[in-house]
Amino acid sequence: MNIPYQIVVCGGVVPDPLQTLEPIATANGPALKNELLLPHVLDPWSAHALYEAAHLARRSAGSKVWLVSVAPKTKLQQVMMTIGQRVPLELVAIEGPASGFTDAADVAAALAAGIEGIAGLDQSRLLLFGGWESASRAAGATMQMVGERLGIIDQFQGVDELSVADDGALRILERIEGGQHQVSVCSGPPVLLGWATGNLPEPPNHPQIGMQNMRAIMPALQKARTAQISGGARFESVTLPKQQRATRIVKDKPVEEIAREIVTWVTAE
Amino acid sequence: MSERPSMDVDIVCVGFGPAMGGFLTTLAPALAELPSPPQVVCYERADGLGFGVSGVATRARGIRQSFPNLDPAQIPMAAPVGEEKIVYLLDPIGASRRPASLRLADRFTRRLANRELQAIELPGSPEFLHKTGGLVLSIGQFNQFVGEQLMMSGAVQLWPGVPVAEPLIEDRRVVGVRLAEQNGQPGMDIRAALTVIGDGPFGPVGRRIDETFGVPGGFERNEWAVGAKMVIDLPEGVALEPGTVFHTIGYPEPEIFGFLYVHPERMVSAGIFVPSWFANPVRTSYRYLQHFIQHPYLWRYLKGGRLRSWGAKSLLESGRRGEPWLVGDGYARIGEGSGSTNMLTGSGVDEAWTTGIQLAQGVIELLGERAPFTSENLERTYVARRRESWVEREGRIAENARDGFQSGFLKGMIGMGLAGITKGWFTIHQEPRPAAETLSSIEAYFSDRVPLKEIETIREQCRATGAPLHDVLMERSGWPPIPYDGQLLVTHQDALLVGGKVQATPGFADHVEFLRRELCETCLTQVCVEMCSGEAITRKEGGAPVFDREKCVHCGACLWNCSRAVDGRTNIEFRAGAGGLHSAEN
Repeated sequence: MNIPYQIVVCGGVVPDPLQTLEPIATANGPALKNELLLPHVLDPWSAHALYEAAHLARRSAGSKVWLVSVAPKTKLQQVMMTIGQRVPLELVAIEGPASGFTDAADVAAALAAGIEGIAGLDQSRLLLFGGWESASRAAGATMQMVGERLGIIDQFQGVDELSVADDGALRILERIEGGQHQVSVCSGPPVLLGWATGNLPEPPNHPQIGMQNMRAIMPALQKARTAQISGGARFESVTLPKQQRATRIVKDKPVEEIAREIVTWVTAE
Repeated sequence: MSERPSMDVDIVCVGFGPAMGGFLTTLAPALAELPSPPQVVCYERADGLGFGVSGVATRARGIRQSFPNLDPAQIPMAAPVGEEKIVYLLDPIGASRRPASLRLADRFTRRLANRELQAIELPGSPEFLHKTGGLVLSIGQFNQFVGEQLMMSGAVQLWPGVPVAEPLIEDRRVVGVRLAEQNGQPGMDIRAALTVIGDGPFGPVGRRIDETFGVPGGFERNEWAVGAKMVIDLPEGVALEPGTVFHTIGYPEPEIFGFLYVHPERMVSAGIFVPSWFANPVRTSYRYLQHFIQHPYLWRYLKGGRLRSWGAKSLLESGRRGEPWLVGDGYARIGEGSGSTNMLTGSGVDEAWTTGIQLAQGVIELLGERAPFTSENLERTYVARRRESWVEREGRIAENARDGFQSGFLKGMIGMGLAGITKGWFTIHQEPRPAAETLSSIEAYFSDRVPLKEIETIREQCRATGAPLHDVLMERSGWPPIPYDGQLLVTHQDALLVGGKVQATPGFADHVEFLRRELCETCLTQVCVEMCSGEAITRKEGGAPVFDREKCVHCGACLWNCSRAVDGRTNIEFRAGAGGLHSAEN
């Protein structure tokens, strides 16, 4: 049975983790030093959700993918240059802060309002995707609140796999402790899935997808509404984990030897 | 492999650097006025528009022409050029290979002035070197700024992470480009009425055009340099005004010029240029850069600083002599790959941007006339503008300005001064030779410092471990080991990860290929290994070089450094590849 799903993916943007990230205190609370200077990427957890959505949409004829994002427009635009080439999607852009130092409830409210504004959305076909976690905030909380606002009762977090049975039932694998999965079967939409890493690959760049997407992405960015998002909680202090680098790049080294070296290094500290 | 897909657009652009920025910034507003604007797409190899590598001090004439009300504060890391100094750096450790005359002059100056003298700030730097009224920029940040403006215009599409493999040529007319193959799928053909080539001096599209259509008489591309640079957070309490510019000469080797540019927010770019006419066959730019920043004149500012990012890039220093056919049926070339860099003034961004403006003006004229993009029409509207501009005038003055360096540092400096002061009337002319001919053998270069037998032992040891020779030979010839502090002085590999953040997008083939492996196996110099900016080329056991795509910064230096020239070309092919440096601060 083919179901033309309406897959809505919630996904924010985060500073590219490969850049130099340095927390600082500002009058408006914690922030990253030179945050506007940093290139951004789609939050990696949301990216997994988006790629899973793209694969599912390709398998289910008539399906469509929306990406609903609360982010600064300029950063979202930059991220779209990469994402827009990979997944056929319609963007719902909401102007707002990308930093994780925000109130998850406000972000959830902005996302839910953005989703409710999508014309022709049909709850009986709706799959709401997002990241289980986030590189900038606890997305599990955000996604749960988005689902509650939209009245979606069936919610799954830490999802690694979604398959559709012949009768349209959804079989969902959720991560649980010890590297195990909990298997759930749900009769069908509406359903909320907070994705862990999924298991399908990142789609390659495709120039035609890019050309098609960009026709709608730019107008979506231009008409983005500004969300009212408060700082929420007061942050007493923010620090990055302490790290010490000792890098050596080697190839084809036996795992046992690498493990032995790491143990020697750790015990010598 | 599945069937090759194809797509039609009106104008396809290759490479998003300053030249393409100038082209698209000029073109986009004009397109918005047209009733049915042409579709314009630009493909860039790097993962992001800001992942190029360069920090520049530029006069920014072209940039200001495009953005007359430009406020540098709008662009992160930008500042108006303030104080400019040319500084001669003396050798504080005695390892630098200065010619006898220079050593004598250093000794005399120290005796006359001060035994502890480490640097001389030269009074009254020549006008042609000045960047007065210009900007200190991070090209990465500037590209991001330009890209954002362009995307918001909606008139053009910019797609990073898409390497272009080659031009599509039919009946001696360029009809578009072919994208690189990914995941075993054939690259898409993008067919267009006009192909704008701004893929730099070693881009595969530009080089294929030269191979197919030939090059003008007098064309040569023998002068190159590796530019290597660090972006550094200054320690607290260091007072350097944003916009301050130091140009340095003399150290770590006389052939290696350096710079320090001060950005806002206590950041600086510090870097060096290692030129093709420098005879050392183990010329590792990263190691020299580490010695450069530790020179006492600079170290007083940088000590205690922190490495933010690092990168390297090849610069084509042949200037106007490296100018290919600028246009042909269906294509036009702009920027560094079109021979616009001016090596007398040490300026490339301003010239590249301006050539982009000139082409855009020509294209707008042709769109208005509804005229096709033929060689004649592009010659009339683009090349004519370029020939009448300051880019051409100043390029001609610079044409032979640096030839003297072929015979040594002092002769080079005199030749440059003469050319600058007389506006090119007097120069010291000497035909530049390719790197393969100017390089010494390792034995010859180190003959005065390391016994032949020891060189042989070092070579054998390095062959056995696959390690490069440069660290061992430099330290054996007097350079002190680098005192790693884990912050600013870090290993080359850590610089790649902490600073350059090198990425290699999966699914693409190796872009560096050794053409005739038997030549590499018997090569005793293997400059490709020694100068590789990312340590991506290493020796495998037995001695032949191997390439690791995941460590390549795409500096392109292996292409022109190879000492095994065959039939007028080196033994290395540098094809289209994705990824490379992943830092937006350079």
